[in-house]
Amino acid sequence: MTQAQAEFLYTTYIKTTPQRVWDAITNPEFARQYWGHGNISDWRPGSRWDHQKPDGSVLMTGKVLESHPPRRLVLSWVRPDSVADQTEHSRVTFEIDMFEDMVRLNVTHDRLKPGSEMARGISAGWPRVLSSMKTFLETGTPLNTWAGQDRTCDSHATKPDATAA
Amino acid sequence: MATDEDDKVFKALADPSRRQLLDRLRRKNGQTLGELCEDHDMSRQAVTKHLNLLEEANLVATVKRGREKLHYLNPVPINEIYMRWIGKFEQDRVQALHNLKQALENDQ
Repeated sequence: MTQAQAEFLYTTYIKTTPQRVWDAITNPEFARQYWGHGNISDWRPGSRWDHQKPDGSVLMTGKVLESHPPRRLVLSWVRPDSVADQTEHSRVTFEIDMFEDMVRLNVTHDRLKPGSEMARGISAGWPRVLSSMKTFLETGTPLNTWAGQDRTCDSHATKPDATAA
Repeated sequence: MATDEDDKVFKALADPSRRQLLDRLRRKNGQTLGELCEDHDMSRQAVTKHLNLLEEANLVATVKRGREKLHYLNPVPINEIYMRWIGKFEQDRVQALHNLKQALENDQ
């Protein structure tokens, strides 16, 4: 770690239960409905996880670093073609707790290289994923942004010029 | 989305000082109150007040690190508003117009 790291924190408040939010992240069928892709793992510490398109291709991968259902999940987050390079491994922390009568979901994405394509991609992607998750959990209908769309926060297809403005 | 959440977001954004604070967080995420007060013509008290309003609207997310509170830009509620009127099919066209406007305005 020779240089500064980029870090992002996103929060959303959802009228639902912690278990539903946990399931929305960890159950592939559930995630596909609002995220467009599924997250596949047995969710045990040390296990691998994959962020997978419906056609089976893997957009993002990593290890489960901590797993405390339904409250806390920590993952390493790296593109499949960069797994060998430890400096490319970023980290995502999901914290799920109650705030008054709502669930507060905090997503921290850190250990990112400042100005990297990954940093740009995720900073465009997480707001979409989380607002779509909120709408889906509260209304049963995802935001009209992900489903069926072959594009994601973290895909290589993220256009730098579209997100860096 | 609940109407009072919308109201808070629009109210929070309807102020140039608060928009400026969001701009500063976009340039550098995770700043302390002290950092956000630097080079600013607002008093510490005023910045605190604006940050509280932004936090209430969930446009700023915070985390405590030791004795410090770090502030992060949280555009999730803005995305909900955006998606309410701009569907996935319009996104590329809206983006193209935005890019065109930027290119033309930078050209001058």
